[in-house]
Amino acid sequence: MQSPTTTKQSKAASAKEHPSGDRRFKTLDMTMKRYQYKPDALIEVLHKAQESFGYLEEDVLTYIARGLKLPLSKVYGTATFYHLFSLKPNGAHTCVVCLGTACYVKGSNKVAEELEKELGIKMGETTADGQISLMAARCIGACGIAPAVVFDGTVAGKQEPEMALTKVKEWEAE
Amino acid sequence: MSVKTLKIDGIDIAIEEGATVLDAARQAGVPIPTLCHLDGVGDIGACRLCLVEVGGSRRLLPACVTEVAEGMEVQTNTPKLQEYRRMTVELLFSEGNHVCAVCVANGHCELQDVAIQVGMDHSRFTYRFPDRGVDVSHEQFGIDHNRCILCTRCVRVCDEIEGAHVWDVAQRGAACYIVSGLNQPWGEVDACTSCGKCVDACPTGAIFRKGSTTGEKERDRAKLDFLVTAREKHEWTR
Ligand code: SF4
Ligand code: FES
Ligand code: FES
Repeated sequence: MQSPTTTKQSKAASAKEHPSGDRRFKTLDMTMKRYQYKPDALIEVLHKAQESFGYLEEDVLTYIARGLKLPLSKVYGTATFYHLFSLKPNGAHTCVVCLGTACYVKGSNKVAEELEKELGIKMGETTADGQISLMAARCIGACGIAPAVVFDGTVAGKQEPEMALTKVKEWEAE
Repeated sequence: MSVKTLKIDGIDIAIEEGATVLDAARQAGVPIPTLCHLDGVGDIGACRLCLVEVGGSRRLLPACVTEVAEGMEVQTNTPKLQEYRRMTVELLFSEGNHVCAVCVANGHCELQDVAIQVGMDHSRFTYRFPDRGVDVSHEQFGIDHNRCILCTRCVRVCDEIEGAHVWDVAQRGAACYIVSGLNQPWGEVDACTSCGKCVDACPTGAIFRKGSTTGEKERDRAKLDFLVTAREKHEWTR
């Protein structure tokens, strides 16, 4: 059965509106409008998108490219250049290993290696079940407690590979 | 327009303001090796092959993006520069997979030419042997990322001359690669007009016409010059 609101909505839909009707695209529209759809607002718009969608899926990148009238490849290039943007959804848990100089010297690469082995994924990847994302950072400003690992936003210092493994295994058991 | 006078390898040169050191060197008949420079499109100074020494500056400067200045004294072929250039070319070779013997561009490759020009006979750096993949989804052309030196000539020619902007650079650092559309197979990018300018622009065998085999890639560089002159000056000079 068709509800009367559907027709109303589609009539109201502007050419630019996203067909999914997803509210978050509205937020994007507002951001782009605020920057008068200027192509050089790309980074700001990507930030907004990352913030509201959690990651930048193809659909979102295409939408932004259309809005700012930019080539797709340029939008893709920009989105993949910056560490801050991610093109894939993060796992339920995130584990960021600092590979900055101080942490590296203190053996964070060993921690990273062990985690990769345990989870069967590489840095920057998420386990197939979407549970855990493994990431690397370059100095998180916690050099004093190197090697540092961030588990779900909480910094843990002086991490031996075993300690990190224990934490991750807890997540895996969930 | 005002004119600047300078010296390149001891040769006196007068050239209009705003010209690059590379322009001036060409006018003086002094050869400077280049790779990312392509006549007719903007320069970005990516390959660092054209580095020169400029009196009064301790840094080496890329000739293709350095503007001439009054009284400049430029050296283009000091032992230091020769050493750096050879190293740059060696790095390019060790970074990708440049196997001339099986490459479409063998004998018509600017990377190969430059290697000969700078006297490189081997690379002192360890080869990385990256696994970068090949995209032959386009009807007429293919791109072998293993042969790409990231000069971005394809990106610029497609953006500035054809206006389609199919290509760009994705990722960063060692993971950089030339991306088509939204990381789509080239053949699926609807912005591509199949004009083939990127094939002509590519200095190596990275972008090629399908069906060409070892040593068969010959590019029509004059076509790009022709198009640029026609566009900018409305002169059809072919
Ligand atoms: S594909 Fe060819 S033209 Fe494009 S960046 Fe690579 S080497 Fe340069
Ligand atoms: S290097 Fe890891 S916190 Fe600084
Ligand atoms: S030609 Fe000048 S940096 Fe490549």
